[in-house]
Order: sequence, then C-alpha cells, then structure tokens
Amino acid sequence: MSDTKMTASGSQGFRFPYRVKLEPRLEMPSRYFPALVSIGAVLVALIIGGILIAFSGGDPFRSYAHIARASFGNLGVLSDTIVKATPILFTSLACIIAFRMKLWNIGAEGQFIMGAFGASFVVLLPVLPADASPWLFIPLMMLASMITGGLWGFIPGYLKAYLRVNEIISTLMLNYIAVFWINFWIFAVWSEGGFQMSPKFPDNAWLPRLLDFSKSFPAFRGLTTHLGLLIGIVAAVILWLIIYRSRWGYEIRLIGDNPHAARYAGINIARNTVLVMMLSGALAGLGGMSEVTGMVHRLQTSPIAAGYGFTGIIVAWLSKLNPLVAIFVSILFGALILAGREIQPSGVPKMIQGIILVCLIASDFLLRYRVRIVRTEEA
Amino acid sequence: MDALIIIFQAGVASGTVLLFATIGELLTERSGVLNLGLEGMMLIGAMSAFSVAIATGNPWLGVLAAMLAAGLISQIHAFITVTLQADQVVSGLSLTLLGTGISLVLGEGLSKAGTVSLLPRFSIPLLAQIPIIGPIFFTDQSILVYIGYLLIPAAWYYINRTRPGLHLRSIGEYPAAADSLGINVNRLRYFYVFVGGVLAGLAGATISLAVAPGWFSELTTGGQGWIAIGLVIFAQWDPLRAAFGAYAFGALRRLILDIQGPTMLLGMPNPFYYNPYWGFFLQMLPYAFTIIVLIIGSREAMRKRLGAPAALGNPYIRGERGQ
Repeated sequence: MSDTKMTASGSQGFRFPYRVKLEPRLEMPSRYFPALVSIGAVLVALIIGGILIAFSGGDPFRSYAHIARASFGNLGVLSDTIVKATPILFTSLACIIAFRMKLWNIGAEGQFIMGAFGASFVVLLPVLPADASPWLFIPLMMLASMITGGLWGFIPGYLKAYLRVNEIISTLMLNYIAVFWINFWIFAVWSEGGFQMSPKFPDNAWLPRLLDFSKSFPAFRGLTTHLGLLIGIVAAVILWLIIYRSRWGYEIRLIGDNPHAARYAGINIARNTVLVMMLSGALAGLGGMSEVTGMVHRLQTSPIAAGYGFTGIIVAWLSKLNPLVAIFVSILFGALILAGREIQPSGVPKMIQGIILVCLIASDFLLRYRVRIVRTEEA
Repeated sequence: MDALIIIFQAGVASGTVLLFATIGELLTERSGVLNLGLEGMMLIGAMSAFSVAIATGNPWLGVLAAMLAAGLISQIHAFITVTLQADQVVSGLSLTLLGTGISLVLGEGLSKAGTVSLLPRFSIPLLAQIPIIGPIFFTDQSILVYIGYLLIPAAWYYINRTRPGLHLRSIGEYPAAADSLGINVNRLRYFYVFVGGVLAGLAGATISLAVAPGWFSELTTGGQGWIAIGLVIFAQWDPLRAAFGAYAFGALRRLILDIQGPTMLLGMPNPFYYNPYWGFFLQMLPYAFTIIVLIIGSREAMRKRLGAPAALGNPYIRGERGQ
C-alpha cells in the first residue's frame, strides 16, 4: 500500500515492463470530468466499504439495498431522508464558505450546537411567552441562533486573524466546549423532571411541517419535512450569489486561491477571516435552530450533537465547494445516515463517510495529473 | 498533600497517553507532513490493543497490534499527501473519520467483552524513595509510563544530535536542499508518518490497556488526539516542551475527575461536591486550556520569530519552485 515507486516519477528498481507515469495536466479537463471523478471515487468507496462490512460479518449487498430502500423507497421515507439532510445542508454551507477561503472551520458541529442553544434560549428562558405568534417566534429564533453560532465562529476567527491561533484546533476544542455548555443547561437549568432534556417547546415555536397542511393537501399526511429545508435552500442560493456574484465573494475566493495576490490587491485578510468565520458559524447555527425547532422540538444532547458538523465537511468537499450542488449531496448523505441507523454494526455509516472522503481526496490528483501507462524503456 | 500526590501520580499516567501521541505527531510534522488523523489513529490503536489483548490474553500482543494497525492506517495519509500530493488538512480529517468509523465497526460489542490482563505496574527501587518526585513519577506506574520517560530524551537527542535527525529536520525545513544532498525526501516522509502512526497506536494502547482500561467507542480518546496536535504547536516542535505540556494536561484531567469527590476541600465544604453541575464547566477546562496554550505558544513564536517547520503542509515535488 505504501509503494512510493508505483507513482513517483523517478522509479528506479521497478521491474515491470510497464509503469505508471504521472504528467501534470496543462489544459483544463472537460467540464464534466471533475463530477465523473467524484462519482467514481464514491463508487470505489462503496466497494471498499462493502468489503469491510463483509469482513466484520455483515452482508454488504443487503446493507446497501437496505440503505436505498429505507431512504428513497416511498414518499414517507423520502421525507424522512430530507429531514435528515436539512441539518447537513446547513453545516455543509458553513464549511463551504470557510473552506473557500482555506479557513479550516472544523467547528460547524459546535456552532450548530450553539445555534440550537440560541433558539432554545428564546423559547425556554423564556424570551417570548409560549403563546406568542410563530411569526414572532421563528424570526427571533433564527436571529438568536445566528448570533450564538456566529459568536462561536467569531472566537476562532478572531484568534486566527489577530493572534495566529490555528483555527483547526480552536474550532475543534470549541466543539467539545459547546457540548458541555448545553449539557449544563439541560441538566441544571432546563431539565424536565430530572431527565437529560429540556421540556418540549410550545407548538408556536415549532417550524411548520408538511403534515400541518394535510387538511388541504391529504398527500402530506405524516410527512415531517419542515420549513428548515426551505430556509436551507434559500441560504444556499444566497451563499452561491455571494461567492460567485459579489465583490466580497471574489475577495474570499482570491484569498483562498492566492493570499499573496490578495494582500497585494489591498484586501484585508484579517477582517475577512473574522467575517467569514462569523458567517460560517451563523450558517451552522441556523442549522442548529432548524434541527431543534423543526425536528427535535426540545434541547437534548444526543440528537443535536450527532456529528452533522463533520458530515458537513465531506458534503462540502464532495460538492466541490458549490452551495447549490451541496443541496443534492446532503440529501444523499441524509439517506446514508437515516438508513445507516438500522444497520449492524452501528459504526457503518461513519466508516463509509470516512472511506468516501479518503477516496475523494485521493481522486483529486486525477484532476491535476494525467495517468499514463508507459513502457519502462521509454522513461 | 497525599491526595495531591495521588492526583499527580495518576496525572503522569494519563499524561503518558498525550506524551506518546504528541511526540509521534511532532516527529511527523518535523518531516513536513501535518497529520490531523491522530484521533482516528489513536482510536484504531485503543481498539486493536484491547481486542487483541482479550483474544490472546497477552497485553503485549495488544500493544504490538495497536502500533502496527495505527502505523498501517497512517500510510493512507502518507500515500495521499506524499505521493498524490493532496491537501494534508483534508486528508488528515478524513483519516480521523475513517479511523473512528473503522474502530467503531470492528470494536462493536467490545465494550462488553470482559476484562483484560493489564500491562505490569511496578515501582523503581531507590528512585521511588525521593520525596515528592518518587511517589509521583516512580511508584506503582505502568511500564508504559517508564517507556514514556525514556522516549522524551531519546526523541530530543535523535532530532537534535544525530545524523538521521538532521535529515529529518532538513526535509521539514528545506526539502529541495535535502534532495540535492541525496536524501530521499518522500521515502523519509512515509517513514515519519509511519512513526507518528505507531506512536499514536501506542498512545491508544496506553488508554485501553493501562490508564482507563476498556473500550468505550469514541469516548475512549475523547478528543485527546486533537489536544495532542495543539500541544505540538505549543511545544514549538520541541520534545522537552511537549513532555511538559503532556504531563500538565494529564494532571489537569485527573484533577478534574478527582476534585468532585471529597466533601471537604482545603478545610472548606467542597463547592464542586455540593454543586455537581459545576462539573460541566470543569470538564470544559482541558479544551479551553488547549486554546489558551495555543495563544501563549503563538505569541511566543511571534516574539522569538520561531515557527513551524518551513515546509509543513507542502508536498515536495522535485523540480518545482519551493513554497
């Protein structure tokens, strides 16, 4: 596996008549090539995952068939898949904007948790009475979650910009701190009857779901897809416009691609670092709001701190940092997580995510190099 | 006083986990490769160590398996970053996800698998008699703790005083120059990623076979791999400072666990005992301290103009302009 000679250009002592030669690509590959490579990488990952499942005593074909059936089989499970995809969409958007600037925000998880806390704060403190109108609740909860999530992004952003503290470590540490922070509130302040969760939110603080409209549209009966999806799609479109159609987005992309050029162009990198981290945190925080008010309906650690922030990293990468593509990729990962819950052993979805990311990164080199098989004498 | 000594004694043991992981990562980074997969490799190590020790009844085989398994999986990172020249940050993250996933899948049911025979613990004669230092460092510690003591000066001497150590520093600082002297940069980078993986596996084995025996899925490591990566930065890539940081964090972890136990503290009612919810804030401390330690480290680096190995994070491509 660690055979350097296989691909390194100067390969003495390699006795095959043919060898692999890498040539840097000089021209841009065709438009669809990157997508094809990504799909190929995911397929390879699924094959490797299948082999590993077989090794640990499972049946890979049944596992994958189960994932497909349990996530896209009918309208009901499709809706469940979308519900699972919604938080992932938000965290992937958070990663996309940060990664665009080569800011490694690994803290979408913590910012997501803090967003859920911010929304819960409005309901449980309570800032608004339980019978306040949803028209008041929802905007205020959105605002609160963006503030708390944004604050959780501001801290590492400021530390990175002005004190040169590595943002990977600081955002990760803040993930852990966020979990203890909401645990404190759940146990000590908002515990329901000594259980490790807050009381259920009043109905007015729930995001509307499709099933709420089943009186007029009977087809919606039982569908739990909630307003969070719509907020997420709107956020994705806005983010796309920011990145590709605004001056600020241009600055962000320039800093990410070539910080030296950006500095010579007079772009304030420190200020943009803080701003992008805050936007990233606010997006993840909005996702926490969507999850806690659209799905969980109470503050509780395990369904909120469920690793959406980490899945967001993979989705961002698989989408090639394009917010609109992220909408579809998050639905695929929603399916993986939803269906994966019933698969034994229970670590399978996480493992497959890891393998997919490994294959994706490994496949990136196909975009930079042409692989040619040449006769050894030729070299 | 006695209570404090017991806490520090346990702190040294728990700091040994961080010590192995930090020194391993330090060696990898010195060669110019950043491996953020530490947490995943440690989990692989902890899982393999525990399961092999249960299956064979021999903890030493467990340690060996942990080092081999983590070393092997680290080579994925080496292949992706050294040969395929992909981004080291993303590759390391994916290694953590992968390692976590694999160890969860293969470790399924391991938490109820029973108990293992642990690695031997003993005291060092004479040294254990020294007041304060003796009971803390040399009394009734696991053999891995003593191995840790030996590793610190060995790593320092290797990096700073030997020829291979010079090569290690050169490929991390200026690979093109090293290459022109006939050093095989990429092969050495593979090697040091492997060394980092082996030590991460040893760190994992230290958890599951000595410090906190057992397999508790992701909670087994609980983010210690990430803390270790922070410690490398704090340590300015110096093994002696790394050791200091590792033991300090080990002691802090123990202190947090132990401070909530007694009803009286320093002659007063123990506030942590009577307000159990304060425990959540105590538990935040190691993570908050990691951030603080990073701030201290980077301020100092700015003042002294020290820095990371110059080539850290960059693949080496022969014939291409550096940086």
